[in-house]
Amino acid sequence: MLIPASLAGIGTLVPLVYLALRAFEADPVTVQRLVWRPRTWTLLVNTVSLTGGVMALTTLMAVPLAWLMVRSDLRWRRWITILAVVPLAIPGYVVAYALISLGGNQGFLTQVLGVAVPRPSGYWGAVAALSLYTYPYLFLNVRAALLGLDPSLEESARSLGYGGRAMFRSVILPQLRPALLAGWLVIALYVLGDFGVVALMRYEAFSYAIYLQYASAFDRTYAAWLSLILLALTLGIVATEGRLLGRRRYARVGSGSQRAVLVTRLGAWAPLAHAYAATVILAAIGLPALVLGYWMVQAPPDAAAWRSVTEAFVRTASVAAPAALATAAAAMSVAYLATRVQLPGSRLIERLAYLGYAIPPVSLALALVFFSLRSVPWLYQTTFLLIGAYVISFLALAIGPIRSALLQVPARLEEAARSLGRRPFTAFFQATFPVIRRPVVAGTALVLMVAMKELPLTYLLAPTGFHTLAVRVFTRTSEAMLAEAAPFALAIVLFSSLFVGLLISYEGRR
Amino acid sequence: MPLLRRPLALAIALAIALTGLAAAQSLTVYAGRGEALVQPLVDRFTAETGIGVAVRYGGTAELAVLILEEGRASPADVFWGQDAGALGALSLAGRLRALPDALTAGLPGIYASRGGLWVATSGRARVLAFSPERVDPTAWPASVFDLTAPAYRGRVGWAPTNGSFQAFVTAMRVVHGAPVTESWLRGMIANDVQAYRNNTSLVEAIAAGEIDYALTNNYYLLRYLENDPSFPVAQGFFADGDIGNLVNVAGGGIVITSRNVDAAERFLAFLLSSEAQAYFTDAVFEYPVVAGVTPNARLVGFDALLAASPDVDLDVLEDLDGTLELLREVGLL
Repeated sequence: MLIPASLAGIGTLVPLVYLALRAFEADPVTVQRLVWRPRTWTLLVNTVSLTGGVMALTTLMAVPLAWLMVRSDLRWRRWITILAVVPLAIPGYVVAYALISLGGNQGFLTQVLGVAVPRPSGYWGAVAALSLYTYPYLFLNVRAALLGLDPSLEESARSLGYGGRAMFRSVILPQLRPALLAGWLVIALYVLGDFGVVALMRYEAFSYAIYLQYASAFDRTYAAWLSLILLALTLGIVATEGRLLGRRRYARVGSGSQRAVLVTRLGAWAPLAHAYAATVILAAIGLPALVLGYWMVQAPPDAAAWRSVTEAFVRTASVAAPAALATAAAAMSVAYLATRVQLPGSRLIERLAYLGYAIPPVSLALALVFFSLRSVPWLYQTTFLLIGAYVISFLALAIGPIRSALLQVPARLEEAARSLGRRPFTAFFQATFPVIRRPVVAGTALVLMVAMKELPLTYLLAPTGFHTLAVRVFTRTSEAMLAEAAPFALAIVLFSSLFVGLLISYEGRR
Repeated sequence: MPLLRRPLALAIALAIALTGLAAAQSLTVYAGRGEALVQPLVDRFTAETGIGVAVRYGGTAELAVLILEEGRASPADVFWGQDAGALGALSLAGRLRALPDALTAGLPGIYASRGGLWVATSGRARVLAFSPERVDPTAWPASVFDLTAPAYRGRVGWAPTNGSFQAFVTAMRVVHGAPVTESWLRGMIANDVQAYRNNTSLVEAIAAGEIDYALTNNYYLLRYLENDPSFPVAQGFFADGDIGNLVNVAGGGIVITSRNVDAAERFLAFLLSSEAQAYFTDAVFEYPVVAGVTPNARLVGFDALLAASPDVDLDVLEDLDGTLELLREVGLL
């Protein structure tokens, strides 16, 4: 258990050391002039308010949806659940582009419906676009927590005279806390790191400033400083999350095993609930699908194009799949250490995992270039190093759901197994693992989908000539060849949707 | 965890296999140009010479930074970017080796690099794109400096983070001096200029009705017009010699640590062949850099381009640092 966790921790430290090395290369006067200026402050304020806006909107989208999917008798729950997760697979700039192409003189609304609306941009444009494809992080976390919620708690509360609202506030909400916090954390960190959407929406945030330093200044020093400031911001958020989570107990303590979840009958509310789910899903999937469809019709791909889509797909999967499995293994051991083992370093490793997620991908990639060439040159530009980079970058995604689930599993389950003579490892796999299997699978799926569309790490670290789907999309859109990019983008979305469908039906068979 | 170990082992095996594959290639190119544009040309090179080429595609700037970070261990033989600034940054850092004279001889003055460390492979011009519906052609601005006038308030777009825009600002600093450039930048900001991410967004913003003018590169609009001749945007030059008509280049150089110098030189020579040059202008709407290749009919003629372009040495575009400092000073970066 300790070995994969420490490896992951060390992996995350590598880019930190690199950034510090680069940052302190510069002379202090230049640094002071670059860093301590009003613009840095503006960027910080913009970034923080953007993060807050996205957290609020995603909560409105994800939490009611998760409750409906787990605790109501709404029809087509399976399908809605699948569709609700699919937006994770959609590349951010496709979402932003879809929103932008709705408005304006040439926009969809003007051309088709004759309604002239300005194109979304700025703060609200960025909040909308980011929320539309990050809300599944919160949805998956809350859903996993609701599935693991012990109904006997609610029954006891009801017997003590708690009504619907009081029950939600004092029983359900506290139990959802780890999941909400984990989901918010991942979304906040995602927003901190995203630059594609904020750039298209013309909103100036921190990550974009960092990206620009690499892109226009060829300047690794100032970029390193900005990255360090961003990491400090991340540390602040991670620490706050840790404090809020605290060391509460979320697992059942009584004897006996958990029963099936309570289901609320919606009755006359069902159409309203369907309308709500449909709105969320149509906005998140319908819009990008419309844009991709439009591009496809503009220039229908020929047989050669489909061949190269297939080839790129196989390559993408050959790195994304091992990365997802390795990340899940590491996440399990990190989450286990953080929740079960009372070692001083165990919480630290978990916190480090979140830093890995928050390091700007270009900085992370350059750090791995720097260290691999100096210490393990035979690993440089191999898929192995790329997979390692994915693990460092996405570990935090898989930890959230697993940690929430582990907190809900009583430790005595495993203690009982050990008292029956099982060795610790076996005890974990026979007693605890079956209970946390669902979030482990969900975490694996999450990482797989994100790795399928990952761009900056891939094109800086992959073997030369190893073009994944995302690289192929990028090299076309960057030349304004949107129609040529469409089949590759579509392949990412379709594959991920299929995969989510398979996973959710597997979960249902439990 | 045998279940988890197997894919890892598979990944290692795959990684080793792919590394072996990469070693079999004889030339490695880092290309900051779009794959859809470049790969057909690379395939032609391989067909004609039998030299295998592995191409790493990415952003021009990130790939230049990657070569800086790789240092002596860089596997790259050729760097091929789409901005003189990136090529200049690599030259200044000593990451490019001198090219043979044969490669650079006979190119027009606007495409020459004095240092001889890199060579232009195609040219593109800065233009003023506009909306024919909302712009009166009789009131055409003679100079980019006119855009600070009240008539243009809130109507002009630019992309201050874009490499081509920054190269243009660098040229303005060199030709007109830093104080003039700074007051122009501040005047534009005071005139409510709209900032966009890149040239494509600018062209689309005019079509969408958000802005009426944009400072952009010449070939983006031509691609839109190729797909949709009724696309409601047009473009033109400022008066001849105005700094707003700067000509920039895409170009390539040989990385100093290359162990395939012969193949790398042949690759650059191929990019300058009339076959490749015709491709750049016919398919990509850029200007050819060698004489004897007819520019695309959609482009303004080569003589008109030479007349319109200001007299600026491309080597001065290396001085990006001063421009970035200025852009930071006025709050654009």
